Amino acid sequence: MTDQETARVPLTPTPVTAPDRRRRRRRGGLGGYWLLLPAIAVLLIGEGYPLVRQVIMSFQEFGRAQQFGAPPEWIGLDNYRALFTDSQMWGVVVRSLVFCAVNVALTMVIGTTFALIMLRAPRVPRVVLQVSMLLCWAMPVIAAMTAWQWLFDSRYGLINWTLTNLGLGDFTRHNWLIEPLSFYLVATVIVVWMSVPFVAFTAYAALTQVPEDALEAGQIDGANAWQRWRFIIYPSIRPALTIVLMLQIVWDLRVFAQIHYLQGVGGVPSETHLLGTYIYTLGVGQSEYGMASAFALFVLVLTLVLTARYVHALLKAETV
Amino acid sequence: MRRIGRTTRGRLWGAVAVALALVWAFPAYWILNGALQPIEALRAPTPSFVPTDLTLDAFGRVLDGEFFASLRLSLSVTLICVALAVVCAFVAAVAISRFRFRGRVSFIIVVLTIQMIPPEALFISQYRMLNDWNLYNTIAGLSLLYVAAVLPFTVWLLRGFVDGVPVELEEAAMVDGCSRFRAFFTITFPLLAPGLIASGVFAFLQAWNEYTLAVVVMEPDNRTLPLWLRGMTTVSNQAIDWPAVMAGSVLVAVPVIVFFMIVQTKMTQGLVSGAVKG
Repeated sequence: MTDQETARVPLTPTPVTAPDRRRRRRRGGLGGYWLLLPAIAVLLIGEGYPLVRQVIMSFQEFGRAQQFGAPPEWIGLDNYRALFTDSQMWGVVVRSLVFCAVNVALTMVIGTTFALIMLRAPRVPRVVLQVSMLLCWAMPVIAAMTAWQWLFDSRYGLINWTLTNLGLGDFTRHNWLIEPLSFYLVATVIVVWMSVPFVAFTAYAALTQVPEDALEAGQIDGANAWQRWRFIIYPSIRPALTIVLMLQIVWDLRVFAQIHYLQGVGGVPSETHLLGTYIYTLGVGQSEYGMASAFALFVLVLTLVLTARYVHALLKAETV
Repeated sequence: MRRIGRTTRGRLWGAVAVALALVWAFPAYWILNGALQPIEALRAPTPSFVPTDLTLDAFGRVLDGEFFASLRLSLSVTLICVALAVVCAFVAAVAISRFRFRGRVSFIIVVLTIQMIPPEALFISQYRMLNDWNLYNTIAGLSLLYVAAVLPFTVWLLRGFVDGVPVELEEAAMVDGCSRFRAFFTITFPLLAPGLIASGVFAFLQAWNEYTLAVVVMEPDNRTLPLWLRGMTTVSNQAIDWPAVMAGSVLVAVPVIVFFMIVQTKMTQGLVSGAVKG
Protein backbone atom coordinates (compact mmCIF):
# COMPACT_ATOMS: atom_id res chain seq x y z
CA MET A 1 0.00 0.00 0.00
CA THR A 2 2.72 2.49 0.62
CA ASP A 3 5.82 2.47 -1.36
CA GLN A 4 7.36 1.50 1.75
CA GLU A 5 8.26 -1.58 0.06
CA THR A 6 9.90 -2.41 3.15
CA ALA A 7 7.06 -3.19 5.37
CA ARG A 8 4.71 -4.49 2.77
CA VAL A 9 6.53 -7.64 2.26
CA PRO A 10 4.32 -10.37 0.93
CA LEU A 11 6.00 -13.19 2.65
CA THR A 12 4.81 -16.51 3.73
CA PRO A 13 5.03 -17.17 7.41
CA THR A 14 6.71 -20.26 8.60
CA PRO A 15 4.32 -22.68 10.18
CA VAL A 16 4.92 -22.63 13.90
CA THR A 17 5.42 -26.36 14.03
CA ALA A 18 5.77 -28.79 11.21
CA PRO A 19 2.22 -30.06 11.00
CA ASP A 20 1.05 -33.30 9.57
CA ARG A 21 0.87 -32.46 5.89
CA ARG A 22 -2.26 -34.50 5.39
CA ARG A 23 -4.26 -32.38 7.80
CA ARG A 24 -7.81 -33.45 8.09
CA ARG A 25 -10.17 -30.69 7.24
CA ARG A 26 -13.79 -30.45 8.12
CA ARG A 27 -15.94 -31.15 5.17
CA GLY A 28 -19.37 -29.95 4.26
CA GLY A 29 -21.47 -27.36 6.00
CA LEU A 30 -21.51 -23.68 5.29
CA GLY A 31 -19.24 -22.73 8.18
CA GLY A 32 -16.34 -21.84 5.89
CA TYR A 33 -18.43 -19.45 3.83
CA TRP A 34 -19.77 -17.60 6.86
CA LEU A 35 -16.26 -17.07 8.15
CA LEU A 36 -15.08 -15.72 4.82
CA LEU A 37 -17.94 -13.25 4.57
CA PRO A 38 -16.33 -10.25 6.36
CA ALA A 39 -13.10 -10.52 4.38
CA ILE A 40 -14.93 -10.91 1.09
CA ALA A 41 -17.18 -7.94 1.88
CA VAL A 42 -14.21 -5.69 2.66
CA LEU A 43 -12.31 -6.77 -0.45
CA LEU A 44 -15.37 -6.34 -2.68
CA ILE A 45 -16.05 -2.81 -1.45
CA GLY A 46 -12.45 -1.65 -1.20
CA GLU A 47 -10.88 -3.32 -4.23
CA GLY A 48 -13.44 -5.25 -6.31
CA TYR A 49 -15.97 -2.50 -6.91
CA PRO A 50 -13.33 0.15 -7.71
CA LEU A 51 -11.75 -2.27 -10.16
CA VAL A 52 -15.01 -2.89 -12.03
CA ARG A 53 -15.76 0.80 -11.98
CA GLN A 54 -12.33 1.61 -13.29
CA VAL A 55 -12.81 -0.73 -16.24
CA ILE A 56 -16.10 1.02 -17.01
CA MET A 57 -14.60 4.49 -16.63
CA SER A 58 -11.82 3.62 -19.03
CA PHE A 59 -14.45 3.44 -21.81
CA GLN A 60 -16.03 6.75 -20.90
CA GLU A 61 -15.42 10.41 -21.59
CA PHE A 62 -15.23 12.90 -18.72
CA GLY A 63 -15.22 16.34 -20.31
CA ARG A 64 -16.58 19.75 -19.47
CA ALA A 65 -20.22 18.65 -19.73
CA GLN A 66 -19.63 15.98 -17.10
CA GLN A 67 -18.23 18.53 -14.68
CA PHE A 68 -21.64 20.19 -14.82
CA GLY A 69 -23.43 16.98 -14.00
CA ALA A 70 -24.04 15.27 -17.34
CA PRO A 71 -23.60 11.49 -17.19
CA PRO A 72 -20.32 10.29 -18.69
CA GLU A 73 -20.41 9.49 -22.38
CA TRP A 74 -19.46 6.09 -23.82
CA ILE A 75 -16.61 6.42 -26.24
CA GLY A 76 -15.47 2.84 -26.68
CA LEU A 77 -11.74 2.46 -27.02
CA ASP A 78 -11.03 6.15 -27.64
CA ASN A 79 -9.22 6.58 -24.32
CA TYR A 80 -6.93 3.71 -25.08
CA ARG A 81 -6.36 4.96 -28.62
CA ALA A 82 -5.56 8.46 -27.38
CA LEU A 83 -3.28 7.06 -24.72
CA PHE A 84 -1.27 4.79 -26.94
CA THR A 85 -0.70 7.49 -29.53
CA ASP A 86 0.32 10.04 -26.93
CA SER A 87 4.04 10.71 -26.88
CA GLN A 88 3.97 12.05 -23.31
CA MET A 89 2.51 8.78 -22.07
CA TRP A 90 5.20 6.78 -23.84
CA GLY A 91 7.76 9.12 -22.36
CA VAL A 92 6.44 8.28 -18.90
CA VAL A 93 6.45 4.55 -19.65
CA VAL A 94 10.00 4.56 -21.00
CA ARG A 95 11.27 6.71 -18.12
CA SER A 96 9.60 4.40 -15.59
CA LEU A 97 11.11 1.32 -17.21
CA VAL A 98 14.59 2.81 -17.30
CA PHE A 99 14.30 4.12 -13.74
CA CYS A 100 13.06 0.71 -12.62
CA ALA A 101 15.83 -1.18 -14.43
CA VAL A 102 18.61 1.02 -13.00
CA ASN A 103 17.22 0.96 -9.48
CA VAL A 104 16.54 -2.77 -9.42
CA ALA A 105 19.98 -3.59 -10.81
CA LEU A 106 21.75 -1.38 -8.26
CA THR A 107 19.61 -2.66 -5.39
CA MET A 108 20.19 -6.31 -6.26
CA VAL A 109 23.94 -5.96 -6.72
CA ILE A 110 24.47 -3.86 -3.59
CA GLY A 111 22.08 -5.96 -1.51
CA THR A 112 23.73 -9.24 -2.49
CA THR A 113 27.18 -7.77 -1.88
CA PHE A 114 26.07 -6.69 1.59
CA ALA A 115 24.84 -10.20 2.26
CA LEU A 116 28.21 -11.68 1.23
CA ILE A 117 29.98 -9.19 3.50
CA MET A 118 27.69 -10.16 6.40
CA LEU A 119 28.60 -13.77 5.79
CA ARG A 120 32.34 -13.13 5.92
CA ALA A 121 32.52 -10.49 8.64
CA PRO A 122 33.09 -11.57 12.24
CA ARG A 123 30.14 -11.59 14.60
CA VAL A 124 30.26 -8.10 16.07
CA PRO A 125 30.70 -6.11 12.83
CA ARG A 126 28.03 -8.28 11.24
CA VAL A 127 25.51 -7.45 13.94
CA VAL A 128 26.41 -3.75 13.60
CA LEU A 129 25.67 -3.90 9.89
CA GLN A 130 22.44 -5.79 10.49
CA VAL A 131 21.21 -3.27 13.04
CA SER A 132 22.00 -0.45 10.62
CA MET A 133 20.08 -2.21 7.84
CA LEU A 134 17.15 -2.85 10.13
CA LEU A 135 17.02 0.78 11.19
CA CYS A 136 16.94 1.92 7.59
CA TRP A 137 14.35 -0.69 6.64
CA ALA A 138 12.07 0.32 9.49
CA MET A 139 12.26 4.05 8.80
CA PRO A 140 8.90 5.45 7.62
CA VAL A 141 9.24 6.59 4.04
CA ILE A 142 8.34 10.24 4.64
CA ALA A 143 10.62 10.55 7.67
CA ALA A 144 13.46 9.26 5.50
CA MET A 145 12.49 11.65 2.71
CA THR A 146 12.82 14.65 5.01
CA ALA A 147 16.35 13.58 5.93
CA TRP A 148 17.33 13.17 2.29
CA GLN A 149 15.70 16.44 1.30
CA TRP A 150 17.78 18.18 3.89
CA LEU A 151 20.98 16.36 2.88
CA PHE A 152 20.44 17.46 -0.74
CA ASP A 153 19.17 20.92 0.19
CA SER A 154 20.70 23.63 -1.98
CA ARG A 155 21.45 26.01 0.88
CA TYR A 156 21.80 24.01 4.09
CA GLY A 157 22.50 20.59 2.63
CA LEU A 158 25.43 18.51 3.79
CA ILE A 159 26.08 17.12 0.31
CA ASN A 160 26.69 20.51 -1.32
CA TRP A 161 28.91 21.50 1.60
CA THR A 162 30.94 18.29 1.39
CA LEU A 163 31.40 18.40 -2.38
CA THR A 164 32.48 22.02 -2.26
CA ASN A 165 34.91 21.41 0.58
CA LEU A 166 36.41 18.38 -1.09
CA GLY A 167 37.29 20.71 -3.93
CA LEU A 168 35.06 18.93 -6.44
CA GLY A 169 33.72 22.21 -7.74
CA ASP A 170 31.52 24.97 -6.45
CA PHE A 171 28.29 23.40 -5.27
CA THR A 172 27.17 26.37 -3.19
CA ARG A 173 23.42 26.68 -3.74
CA HIS A 174 23.49 23.92 -6.29
CA ASN A 175 19.90 22.75 -6.87
CA TRP A 176 19.73 18.98 -7.31
CA LEU A 177 16.07 18.74 -8.19
CA ILE A 178 15.58 21.20 -11.02
CA GLU A 179 17.26 19.13 -13.78
CA PRO A 180 15.31 15.93 -14.57
CA LEU A 181 18.43 13.78 -14.77
CA SER A 182 19.75 15.07 -11.48
CA PHE A 183 16.25 14.68 -10.00
CA TYR A 184 16.30 11.00 -10.95
CA LEU A 185 19.80 10.65 -9.52
CA VAL A 186 18.54 11.87 -6.14
CA ALA A 187 15.49 9.61 -6.39
CA THR A 188 17.73 6.65 -7.25
CA VAL A 189 20.00 7.25 -4.26
CA ILE A 190 16.96 7.33 -1.98
CA VAL A 191 15.14 4.34 -3.48
CA VAL A 192 18.27 2.16 -3.53
CA TRP A 193 19.12 3.18 0.03
CA MET A 194 15.63 2.15 1.16
CA SER A 195 15.48 -1.11 -0.78
CA VAL A 196 18.91 -2.59 -0.06
CA PRO A 197 18.10 -3.89 3.46
CA PHE A 198 15.31 -6.17 2.26
CA VAL A 199 17.52 -7.69 -0.45
CA ALA A 200 20.47 -7.95 1.92
CA PHE A 201 18.52 -9.77 4.63
CA THR A 202 16.85 -12.16 2.23
CA ALA A 203 20.06 -12.94 0.38
CA TYR A 204 21.91 -13.38 3.68
CA ALA A 205 19.30 -15.80 4.97
CA ALA A 206 19.55 -17.77 1.74
CA LEU A 207 23.36 -17.74 1.90
CA THR A 208 23.36 -19.29 5.35
CA GLN A 209 21.52 -22.26 3.81
CA VAL A 210 24.24 -22.96 1.25
CA PRO A 211 25.56 -26.44 2.10
CA GLU A 212 28.92 -26.21 3.83
CA ASP A 213 30.26 -29.48 2.38
CA ALA A 214 29.63 -28.35 -1.19
CA LEU A 215 31.76 -25.26 -0.52
CA GLU A 216 34.48 -27.37 1.07
CA ALA A 217 34.44 -29.79 -1.84
CA GLY A 218 34.81 -26.86 -4.19
CA GLN A 219 37.75 -25.55 -2.22
CA ILE A 220 39.46 -28.94 -2.27
CA ASP A 221 38.95 -29.14 -6.01
CA GLY A 222 40.73 -25.82 -6.31
CA ALA A 223 37.83 -23.57 -7.27
CA ASN A 224 38.65 -19.88 -6.88
CA ALA A 225 36.34 -17.37 -5.25
CA TRP A 226 34.59 -16.46 -8.51
CA GLN A 227 34.06 -20.09 -9.45
CA ARG A 228 32.66 -20.91 -6.02
CA TRP A 229 30.21 -18.03 -6.37
CA ARG A 230 29.26 -18.89 -9.93
CA PHE A 231 28.86 -22.68 -9.61
CA ILE A 232 28.05 -23.32 -5.95
CA ILE A 233 26.72 -20.25 -4.14
CA TYR A 234 24.73 -18.54 -6.87
CA PRO A 235 22.75 -21.62 -7.98
CA SER A 236 21.65 -22.34 -4.43
CA ILE A 237 20.45 -18.81 -3.62
CA ARG A 238 18.91 -18.27 -7.04
CA PRO A 239 15.30 -19.17 -6.10
CA ALA A 240 15.29 -16.61 -3.29
CA LEU A 241 16.96 -13.96 -5.46
CA THR A 242 14.47 -14.50 -8.27
CA ILE A 243 11.53 -13.75 -6.02
CA VAL A 244 13.21 -10.70 -4.52
CA LEU A 245 14.08 -9.49 -8.01
CA MET A 246 10.48 -9.74 -9.10
CA LEU A 247 9.16 -7.92 -6.05
CA GLN A 248 11.74 -5.17 -6.56
CA ILE A 249 10.70 -4.73 -10.18
CA VAL A 250 7.07 -4.28 -9.20
CA TRP A 251 7.92 -1.90 -6.36
CA ASP A 252 10.37 0.23 -8.35
CA LEU A 253 7.95 0.64 -11.23
CA ARG A 254 5.74 2.85 -9.14
CA VAL A 255 7.64 4.65 -6.32
CA PHE A 256 4.80 7.14 -5.97
CA ALA A 257 5.67 8.50 -2.54
CA GLN A 258 9.31 9.32 -3.30
CA ILE A 259 8.63 10.95 -6.67
CA HIS A 260 5.56 12.87 -5.48
CA TYR A 261 7.48 14.13 -2.47
CA LEU A 262 10.49 15.27 -4.49
CA GLN A 263 8.25 16.96 -7.06
CA GLY A 264 6.59 18.86 -4.23
CA VAL A 265 9.87 20.21 -2.88
CA GLY A 266 11.54 21.40 -6.05
CA GLY A 267 11.25 19.02 -8.98
CA VAL A 268 9.50 20.01 -12.21
CA PRO A 269 6.49 17.65 -12.25
CA SER A 270 5.81 17.66 -16.00
CA GLU A 271 9.36 16.49 -16.71
CA THR A 272 9.72 13.98 -13.91
CA HIS A 273 6.52 11.93 -13.91
CA LEU A 274 6.71 8.18 -13.48
CA LEU A 275 3.72 5.82 -13.74
CA GLY A 276 2.13 6.57 -10.36
CA THR A 277 2.43 10.35 -10.36
CA TYR A 278 1.30 10.51 -13.99
CA ILE A 279 -1.94 8.65 -13.22
CA TYR A 280 -2.46 10.89 -10.23
CA THR A 281 -1.99 14.07 -12.24
CA LEU A 282 -4.23 12.87 -15.06
CA GLY A 283 -7.00 11.75 -12.74
CA VAL A 284 -7.01 13.89 -9.62
CA GLY A 285 -5.24 16.92 -11.10
CA GLN A 286 -6.92 17.22 -14.51
CA SER A 287 -10.14 15.24 -13.86
CA GLU A 288 -9.39 13.09 -16.92
CA TYR A 289 -10.89 10.06 -15.22
CA GLY A 290 -11.33 8.09 -18.43
CA MET A 291 -7.74 8.46 -19.55
CA ALA A 292 -6.40 7.95 -16.03
CA SER A 293 -8.44 4.75 -15.65
CA ALA A 294 -7.24 3.37 -18.95
CA PHE A 295 -3.64 4.07 -17.98
CA ALA A 296 -4.10 2.64 -14.50
CA LEU A 297 -5.48 -0.57 -16.01
CA PHE A 298 -2.43 -0.76 -18.22
CA VAL A 299 -0.23 -0.53 -15.11
CA LEU A 300 -2.39 -3.09 -13.33
CA VAL A 301 -2.08 -5.62 -16.13
CA LEU A 302 1.66 -4.99 -16.35
CA THR A 303 2.01 -5.66 -12.60
CA LEU A 304 -0.06 -8.83 -12.68
CA VAL A 305 1.91 -10.23 -15.60
CA LEU A 306 5.16 -9.50 -13.78
CA THR A 307 3.98 -11.06 -10.52
CA ALA A 308 2.14 -14.10 -11.87
CA ARG A 309 5.22 -16.21 -11.33
CA TYR A 310 5.54 -15.17 -7.72
CA VAL A 311 1.91 -15.98 -6.93
CA HIS A 312 2.38 -19.31 -8.66
CA ALA A 313 5.52 -20.04 -6.64
CA LEU A 314 3.74 -19.19 -3.38
CA LEU A 315 0.90 -21.52 -4.22
CA LYS A 316 3.29 -24.28 -5.14
CA ALA A 317 5.49 -23.85 -2.08
CA GLU A 318 2.62 -24.11 0.37
CA THR A 319 0.31 -27.04 0.40
CA VAL A 320 -2.87 -25.15 -0.24
CA MET B 1 50.37 -19.10 8.82
CA ARG B 2 47.07 -19.87 7.25
CA ARG B 3 45.20 -19.08 10.46
CA ILE B 4 46.73 -15.63 10.64
CA GLY B 5 45.77 -14.98 7.04
CA ARG B 6 42.23 -15.92 7.83
CA THR B 7 41.86 -13.60 10.82
CA THR B 8 43.28 -10.62 8.96
CA ARG B 9 40.84 -11.27 6.18
CA GLY B 10 38.02 -11.52 8.73
CA ARG B 11 39.10 -8.20 10.24
CA LEU B 12 39.13 -6.61 6.82
CA TRP B 13 35.57 -7.75 6.11
CA GLY B 14 34.61 -6.57 9.57
CA ALA B 15 35.97 -3.10 8.84
CA VAL B 16 34.10 -2.98 5.54
CA ALA B 17 30.89 -4.07 7.29
CA VAL B 18 31.20 -1.36 9.93
CA ALA B 19 31.97 1.31 7.33
CA LEU B 20 28.90 0.37 5.29
CA ALA B 21 26.78 0.28 8.44
CA LEU B 22 27.81 3.85 9.19
CA VAL B 23 27.01 5.05 5.67
CA TRP B 24 23.60 3.40 5.66
CA ALA B 25 22.61 4.58 9.12
CA PHE B 26 23.77 8.11 8.44
CA PRO B 27 20.39 9.59 7.42
CA ALA B 28 18.88 8.23 10.64
CA TYR B 29 21.72 9.77 12.62
CA TRP B 30 21.32 13.04 10.74
CA ILE B 31 17.64 13.22 11.72
CA LEU B 32 18.47 12.77 15.39
CA ASN B 33 21.40 15.16 15.21
CA GLY B 34 19.25 17.82 13.56
CA ALA B 35 16.37 17.40 15.97
CA LEU B 36 18.59 18.13 18.97
CA GLN B 37 20.15 21.36 17.75
CA PRO B 38 19.10 24.99 17.81
CA ILE B 39 18.11 26.40 14.43
CA GLU B 40 21.08 28.81 14.34
CA ALA B 41 23.50 25.88 14.42
CA LEU B 42 21.87 24.39 11.35
CA ARG B 43 22.01 27.62 9.42
CA ALA B 44 25.69 28.18 10.16
CA PRO B 45 28.06 27.93 7.18
CA THR B 46 29.71 24.82 8.64
CA PRO B 47 27.44 21.93 9.59
CA SER B 48 27.75 20.64 13.14
CA PHE B 49 28.25 16.91 13.00
CA VAL B 50 27.51 16.33 16.66
CA PRO B 51 24.91 18.26 18.65
CA THR B 52 27.14 20.49 20.78
CA ASP B 53 24.47 22.59 22.45
CA LEU B 54 21.81 20.02 23.03
CA THR B 55 18.31 21.42 23.10
CA LEU B 56 14.79 20.05 22.90
CA ASP B 57 13.41 23.33 21.56
CA ALA B 58 12.62 21.78 18.20
CA PHE B 59 10.27 19.30 19.84
CA GLY B 60 8.55 22.18 21.61
CA ARG B 61 8.00 23.99 18.31
CA VAL B 62 6.64 20.90 16.64
CA LEU B 63 4.19 19.74 19.31
CA ASP B 64 1.47 22.19 18.36
CA GLY B 65 -2.23 21.94 17.59
CA GLU B 66 -1.62 20.79 14.04
CA PHE B 67 0.53 17.92 15.22
CA PHE B 68 -2.07 16.72 17.69
CA ALA B 69 -4.85 17.00 15.11
CA SER B 70 -2.80 14.85 12.74
CA LEU B 71 -1.89 12.46 15.52
CA ARG B 72 -5.57 12.00 16.36
CA LEU B 73 -6.44 11.37 12.72
CA SER B 74 -3.56 8.93 12.22
CA LEU B 75 -4.37 7.07 15.43
CA SER B 76 -8.07 6.75 14.54
CA VAL B 77 -7.41 5.47 11.05
CA THR B 78 -4.67 3.14 12.25
CA LEU B 79 -6.66 1.64 15.10
CA ILE B 80 -9.73 1.06 12.93
CA CYS B 81 -7.54 -0.53 10.31
CA VAL B 82 -5.77 -2.81 12.80
CA ALA B 83 -8.98 -3.92 14.54
CA LEU B 84 -10.95 -4.65 11.38
CA ALA B 85 -8.07 -6.24 9.53
CA VAL B 86 -7.15 -8.57 12.38
CA VAL B 87 -10.74 -9.69 13.00
CA CYS B 88 -11.64 -10.20 9.32
CA ALA B 89 -8.33 -11.86 8.53
CA PHE B 90 -8.54 -14.12 11.55
CA VAL B 91 -11.94 -15.60 10.68
CA ALA B 92 -10.97 -15.88 7.02
CA ALA B 93 -7.74 -17.65 7.95
CA VAL B 94 -9.67 -20.12 10.11
CA ALA B 95 -12.03 -20.74 7.21
CA ILE B 96 -9.35 -21.54 4.65
CA SER B 97 -7.21 -23.50 7.06
CA ARG B 98 -9.77 -25.53 8.97
CA PHE B 99 -12.60 -25.97 6.48
CA ARG B 100 -12.69 -27.45 3.06
CA PHE B 101 -15.28 -26.08 0.69
CA ARG B 102 -15.83 -25.22 -2.92
CA GLY B 103 -14.04 -22.05 -4.02
CA ARG B 104 -11.47 -22.25 -1.26
CA VAL B 105 -8.47 -22.38 -3.56
CA SER B 106 -9.95 -19.67 -5.78
CA PHE B 107 -10.26 -17.44 -2.74
CA ILE B 108 -6.60 -17.99 -1.90
CA ILE B 109 -5.56 -17.18 -5.45
CA VAL B 110 -7.67 -14.01 -5.44
CA VAL B 111 -6.12 -12.95 -2.13
CA LEU B 112 -2.59 -13.49 -3.40
CA THR B 113 -3.33 -11.63 -6.62
CA ILE B 114 -5.00 -8.65 -4.93
CA GLN B 115 -1.97 -8.35 -2.70
CA MET B 116 0.05 -7.55 -5.81
CA ILE B 117 -2.17 -4.71 -7.03
CA PRO B 118 -0.39 -1.41 -6.40
CA PRO B 119 -2.47 1.46 -5.00
CA GLU B 120 -1.59 3.54 -8.05
CA ALA B 121 -3.50 1.11 -10.24
CA LEU B 122 -6.79 1.70 -8.42
CA PHE B 123 -6.68 5.01 -6.61
CA ILE B 124 -8.45 7.03 -9.29
CA SER B 125 -11.58 4.96 -9.07
CA GLN B 126 -11.31 4.63 -5.29
CA TYR B 127 -11.18 8.42 -5.18
CA ARG B 128 -14.31 8.65 -7.36
CA MET B 129 -16.07 6.01 -5.28
CA LEU B 130 -15.43 7.78 -1.98
CA ASN B 131 -16.55 11.06 -3.57
CA ASP B 132 -19.86 9.53 -4.61
CA TRP B 133 -20.46 7.98 -1.22
CA ASN B 134 -19.62 11.21 0.63
CA LEU B 135 -16.68 9.46 2.23
CA TYR B 136 -14.02 11.65 0.59
CA ASN B 137 -11.79 13.27 3.20
CA THR B 138 -13.25 11.19 6.06
CA ILE B 139 -11.75 8.78 8.57
CA ALA B 140 -14.22 6.11 7.47
CA GLY B 141 -13.25 6.40 3.81
CA LEU B 142 -9.53 6.27 4.37
CA SER B 143 -9.84 3.40 6.88
CA LEU B 144 -11.92 1.41 4.41
CA LEU B 145 -9.19 1.64 1.78
CA TYR B 146 -6.53 0.75 4.34
CA VAL B 147 -8.35 -2.33 5.62
CA ALA B 148 -8.87 -3.58 2.08
CA ALA B 149 -5.22 -2.95 1.29
CA VAL B 150 -3.74 -4.81 4.28
CA LEU B 151 -6.28 -7.64 4.42
CA PRO B 152 -4.80 -9.93 1.75
CA PHE B 153 -1.43 -10.11 3.45
CA THR B 154 -2.87 -10.49 6.95
CA VAL B 155 -5.09 -13.38 5.77
CA TRP B 156 -2.08 -15.09 4.23
CA LEU B 157 0.06 -14.49 7.30
CA LEU B 158 -2.55 -15.80 9.76
CA ARG B 159 -3.36 -18.80 7.60
CA GLY B 160 0.20 -19.95 8.13
CA PHE B 161 -0.19 -19.66 11.90
CA VAL B 162 -3.54 -21.50 12.02
CA ASP B 163 -2.06 -24.24 9.83
CA GLY B 164 0.75 -24.56 12.36
CA VAL B 165 -1.57 -25.68 15.16
CA PRO B 166 -2.40 -29.37 14.65
CA VAL B 167 -6.08 -30.15 14.34
CA GLU B 168 -5.48 -33.22 16.49
CA LEU B 169 -5.21 -31.01 19.57
CA GLU B 170 -8.75 -29.75 19.01
CA GLU B 171 -10.01 -33.20 18.19
CA ALA B 172 -8.64 -34.55 21.42
CA ALA B 173 -10.53 -31.87 23.32
CA MET B 174 -13.67 -32.74 21.39
CA VAL B 175 -13.32 -36.38 22.34
CA ASP B 176 -13.23 -35.17 25.94
CA GLY B 177 -16.61 -33.55 25.40
CA CYS B 178 -15.82 -30.01 24.24
CA SER B 179 -17.92 -28.48 21.50
CA ARG B 180 -16.00 -27.73 18.32
CA PHE B 181 -16.33 -24.01 19.01
CA ARG B 182 -15.11 -24.36 22.57
CA ALA B 183 -12.30 -26.67 21.55
CA PHE B 184 -11.09 -24.08 19.07
CA PHE B 185 -11.18 -21.20 21.51
CA THR B 186 -9.64 -22.97 24.48
CA ILE B 187 -7.00 -24.95 22.61
CA THR B 188 -6.06 -23.30 19.32
CA PHE B 189 -6.81 -19.64 19.91
CA PRO B 190 -4.22 -19.07 22.67
CA LEU B 191 -1.57 -20.64 20.47
CA LEU B 192 -2.33 -18.09 17.76
CA ALA B 193 -1.39 -15.07 19.88
CA PRO B 194 1.97 -14.51 18.11
CA GLY B 195 0.24 -14.59 14.74
CA LEU B 196 -2.43 -12.12 15.82
CA ILE B 197 0.25 -9.79 17.17
CA ALA B 198 2.34 -10.05 14.00
CA SER B 199 -0.61 -9.28 11.74
CA GLY B 200 -1.77 -6.44 13.99
CA VAL B 201 1.69 -4.88 13.92
CA PHE B 202 1.82 -5.28 10.16
CA ALA B 203 -1.51 -3.46 9.75
CA PHE B 204 -0.32 -0.77 12.17
CA LEU B 205 2.88 -0.13 10.22
CA GLN B 206 1.04 0.08 6.91
CA ALA B 207 -1.66 2.47 8.07
CA TRP B 208 0.71 4.65 10.09
CA ASN B 209 3.23 5.09 7.27
CA GLU B 210 0.84 5.22 4.34
CA TYR B 211 1.28 8.19 2.05
CA THR B 212 -0.15 7.53 -1.42
CA LEU B 213 -3.82 6.97 -0.61
CA ALA B 214 -3.77 9.70 2.02
CA VAL B 215 -2.58 12.16 -0.64
CA VAL B 216 -5.40 11.08 -2.93
CA VAL B 217 -8.41 10.95 -0.62
CA MET B 218 -7.66 13.50 2.10
CA GLU B 219 -7.84 17.30 1.91
CA PRO B 220 -4.83 19.40 2.96
CA ASP B 221 -6.62 20.59 6.12
CA ASN B 222 -7.12 17.01 7.28
CA ARG B 223 -3.74 15.35 7.26
CA THR B 224 -2.37 12.11 8.59
CA LEU B 225 1.09 12.32 10.18
CA PRO B 226 3.14 11.60 7.02
CA LEU B 227 1.31 14.39 5.18
CA TRP B 228 1.74 16.72 8.13
CA LEU B 229 5.45 16.00 8.09
CA ARG B 230 5.66 16.69 4.39
CA GLY B 231 3.65 19.89 4.86
CA MET B 232 6.45 21.33 6.96
CA THR B 233 8.98 20.95 4.14
CA THR B 234 7.05 22.41 1.22
CA VAL B 235 7.43 26.04 2.29
CA SER B 236 10.10 28.10 0.57
CA ASN B 237 13.64 26.94 1.12
CA GLN B 238 14.71 29.76 3.46
CA ALA B 239 11.78 29.25 5.78
CA ILE B 240 12.08 25.52 6.44
CA ASP B 241 12.66 24.96 10.12
CA TRP B 242 14.96 21.95 9.77
CA PRO B 243 15.30 21.09 13.47
CA ALA B 244 11.50 21.07 13.75
CA VAL B 245 11.15 18.86 10.66
CA MET B 246 13.70 16.44 12.07
CA ALA B 247 11.95 16.44 15.46
CA GLY B 248 8.73 15.63 13.61
CA SER B 249 10.46 12.77 11.81
CA VAL B 250 11.68 11.39 15.13
CA LEU B 251 8.14 11.48 16.52
CA VAL B 252 6.72 9.70 13.47
CA ALA B 253 9.52 7.14 13.23
CA VAL B 254 10.01 6.01 16.83
CA PRO B 255 6.81 3.97 17.26
CA VAL B 256 7.38 2.39 13.85
CA ILE B 257 10.95 1.36 14.58
CA VAL B 258 9.96 -0.14 17.93
CA PHE B 259 7.13 -2.20 16.43
CA PHE B 260 9.17 -3.15 13.41
CA MET B 261 11.94 -4.63 15.52
CA ILE B 262 9.36 -6.82 17.27
CA VAL B 263 8.09 -8.60 14.18
CA GLN B 264 10.97 -8.32 11.76
CA THR B 265 12.66 -11.66 12.37
CA LYS B 266 9.44 -13.57 11.95
CA MET B 267 8.71 -11.96 8.60
CA THR B 268 12.14 -12.41 7.05
CA GLN B 269 12.32 -16.04 8.07
CA GLY B 270 8.93 -16.53 6.47
CA LEU B 271 9.93 -15.19 3.09
CA VAL B 272 13.02 -17.27 2.84
CA SER B 273 11.42 -20.54 3.79
CA GLY B 274 8.76 -19.84 1.18
CA ALA B 275 11.26 -18.80 -1.43
CA VAL B 276 13.73 -21.59 -1.03
CA LYS B 277 11.08 -24.24 -1.28
CA GLY B 278 9.60 -22.73 -4.45
